[in-house]
Amino acid sequence: MKPIDEKSVVEIVQSTAGPLQIVGGGTRSKDLVTADKTLSVAGLSGVSLYEPGALTLVAQAGTPIAEINRVLAAERQRLAFEPMDHRGLLSTSGEPTIGGAVAANVSGPRRIQAGACRDSLLGVRFVDGAGRILKNGGRVMKNVTGYDLVKLMAGSRGTLGVVTEVSLKVQAIPECTGTLAWSGLGWAAALKVFSGALGSPYDITGAARLPEGWGNRDESSWTFIRVEGLENSVKYRLGELQKTFAEFPAPKVILDHEENQQIWQSVRNVSPFGDKVGNVWRTSVKPTDMISVVGKSDYEHVVDWGGGLVWTLAPEDVDLRQILKGIEGYSTLVRGDAFPSFEPENAIVTRLSEGLRQKFDPRGIFNPGLMG
Amino acid sequence: MPAPNTEVIGRKAQIVRRLRSVLPSDAVIDAPEETRAYECDALTAYRCAPLCAVLPRTTHEVSQILKICSEEGVPVVPRGAGTSLAGGALPTADSVILGVARMNEVLETDYENRFVRVQTGRTNLAVTGAVEGEDFFYAPDPSSQLACAIAGNIAMNSGGAHCLKYGVTTNNLMGVTLVLMNGDIVEIGGAHLDAAGLDLLGVICGSEGQLGVVTEATLRILRKPEGARPILMGFDDNEIAGTCVSDIIKAGILPVAIEFMDRPCIRATEAFAGAGYPDVEALLIVEVEGSEAEIDDQLARIVEIARRHNPVELRESKSSEESARIWLGRKSAFGAMGQINDYMCLDGTIPVTELPFVLRRIGEMSKEYGLDVGNVFHAGDGNMHPLILFDANKPGDLELCEAFGADILRLCVEVGGCLTGEHGVGIEKRDLMIDQYAPNDLDIQMAVKDVFDPDWLLNPAKVFPLEASQTRRMPVQS
Repeated sequence: MKPIDEKSVVEIVQSTAGPLQIVGGGTRSKDLVTADKTLSVAGLSGVSLYEPGALTLVAQAGTPIAEINRVLAAERQRLAFEPMDHRGLLSTSGEPTIGGAVAANVSGPRRIQAGACRDSLLGVRFVDGAGRILKNGGRVMKNVTGYDLVKLMAGSRGTLGVVTEVSLKVQAIPECTGTLAWSGLGWAAALKVFSGALGSPYDITGAARLPEGWGNRDESSWTFIRVEGLENSVKYRLGELQKTFAEFPAPKVILDHEENQQIWQSVRNVSPFGDKVGNVWRTSVKPTDMISVVGKSDYEHVVDWGGGLVWTLAPEDVDLRQILKGIEGYSTLVRGDAFPSFEPENAIVTRLSEGLRQKFDPRGIFNPGLMG
Repeated sequence: MPAPNTEVIGRKAQIVRRLRSVLPSDAVIDAPEETRAYECDALTAYRCAPLCAVLPRTTHEVSQILKICSEEGVPVVPRGAGTSLAGGALPTADSVILGVARMNEVLETDYENRFVRVQTGRTNLAVTGAVEGEDFFYAPDPSSQLACAIAGNIAMNSGGAHCLKYGVTTNNLMGVTLVLMNGDIVEIGGAHLDAAGLDLLGVICGSEGQLGVVTEATLRILRKPEGARPILMGFDDNEIAGTCVSDIIKAGILPVAIEFMDRPCIRATEAFAGAGYPDVEALLIVEVEGSEAEIDDQLARIVEIARRHNPVELRESKSSEESARIWLGRKSAFGAMGQINDYMCLDGTIPVTELPFVLRRIGEMSKEYGLDVGNVFHAGDGNMHPLILFDANKPGDLELCEAFGADILRLCVEVGGCLTGEHGVGIEKRDLMIDQYAPNDLDIQMAVKDVFDPDWLLNPAKVFPLEASQTRRMPVQS
């Protein structure tokens, strides 16, 4: 079912007795549950309000991210949280939607500086399990009026309601992007670069590492640091950072737009794992724990968020959570199905989450079983 | 406030005895002359002494207090430093004030991973104080930062002048230790980013102490920028100043702060602090950060935009002394208005594009109500702080002022904004919630409280209109 307005969403929810699968563009195949019916929000599409001078945009949940990017680019603006496109990694087709990005709180390399998708989200409208149209937040940047259900809805993967409309804070596209790229740094050296750069005053917007053999450049790994802003400022900061890391071989300085795009898209979309066989795990840890995570196995890794996000390509029968036991954080299985997608949480958090789902979706019809 | 439960008040001796049995003797305050210290927060127009106050030092003590209060059916009002302008920590006569002021330790400092873990009674400024030796800082900077506690910042999701660039509390909060009303202690989030499952941290932040008591917090810290410098601009028209703000933002420059003051505020401030502000209709203070060259570069672009709007004054700071003078007036604004009269500070947020219209309407309403109003606010994000002047000694003036304030807040909602941008709802805006939210929107929020605090004992009479929350609070009252 593909309703084209909120009213039809209400009718579908009210007339559905059994499990209902909620989808956006359907590009995250792991989030598809077994259900009698599927409700796609792709029919709810379009940017309904855009105020470049206020840095805010309101869009229907099914609006393709590509369309939002186009609308924003015309005013030299963009989404700050750099959402991942899962199609390459998961071999899916379809069109990533803004509702899907919100539902999974999909956040790319700029997470470390500009925040996650949830930090850009100012307001939501959604239909709950009783078929009520509800709203929370709004379209202004500072809003503490009542509880912040906006954050709760972000990342709830359709289990609390069908998100129909989102309002977002956007940001200006900077004049210039510059990347320092070190070839062949070991893990300890890479961490030193990440922590040193992120602890510097130079406002880093990307700190990542791609594995050996990426992009057919050569056989070594690459460690990247990104800065964005006015051109002179970018050049100045890249220079200062090079001085800071004089102990390592000189990095390549990348100011070319296309090359920057290619690097950060590869990080964002975990491209190195796209055509390789195996399960893909996404592990969120304290950045310095990156060393422990990669040290526990010989598997291949893509690292983002200055060490705080480790993607691992593991054989299909390996439970990475068992291997990483004792390291604070969590692992989500993004590709593969031998294990539950989500890391089990402590008993009290589980009880509270269950309680919330029960209130938002009393009949338990939305994406049942997806999050527990 | 709802009528206190006399049956609970009648059990005071027993409740105090039980609390004393689990706490050090100096941690329970029940003498009437001492509980009066907790009768209000910074919204001083409303006062009520609590049944008693408890001042725990550890998470374990908080857990025991809540367990006892839960068993006794006693409402608990959590309190940070008592600086809420919204009455968020106002007690009722049948409630226990749980103050976290003694919980002010730094538990962990980690520069490599850029976080600090503190007990939440620590003040906002003391968090930065703990890390500035290494040139780091905690970004959210509410005006009350010298006094306000992190616990209250989390409860109200506090902002500040610099959140245009760095975000508000929720964007800088990584984890909490939360004690639920039944005494359960739970860790949510931590030094890693984002939630494995539902984002409970996101809903706890800003829940005004109604879901649990946050005793410890993991906060993101940032390296200080190399430098920062403001520029002061004067315009002879509010509307033009508003357009200038919008143009700066559209040009892709991201200042760390854009502050706005109107003529009544400028005049009061000048008389009070003598910062040397020009006598203009609207004044903007725009601050940018970076190295000297980066600052020059950004300020040059801002000046270029400002010149298109025929400013009557452009004063670029060239030294730290000049910067301090530019900020002096802004930082003294509230105190200056307080010298003239009693005032009520509002906190509505509007879309930046509506600034000129809203300022004009506030001016018109000021004439209709016969009460003066000064505007000083964070223009970059549309968070307004109209200050309505009134005379507390004049019968009816407070009520008139409250009615005027409510009209301004309704106007904020009408133009697409909200009732409160950083102060919180508390009791002050509780009954205006129906102007922003439909009954079902409030119901789903209250359903969240049902999950965390089924008996509605934590800060029960706040945030939601009493009528809307009545059936949920009733079991406590009976």
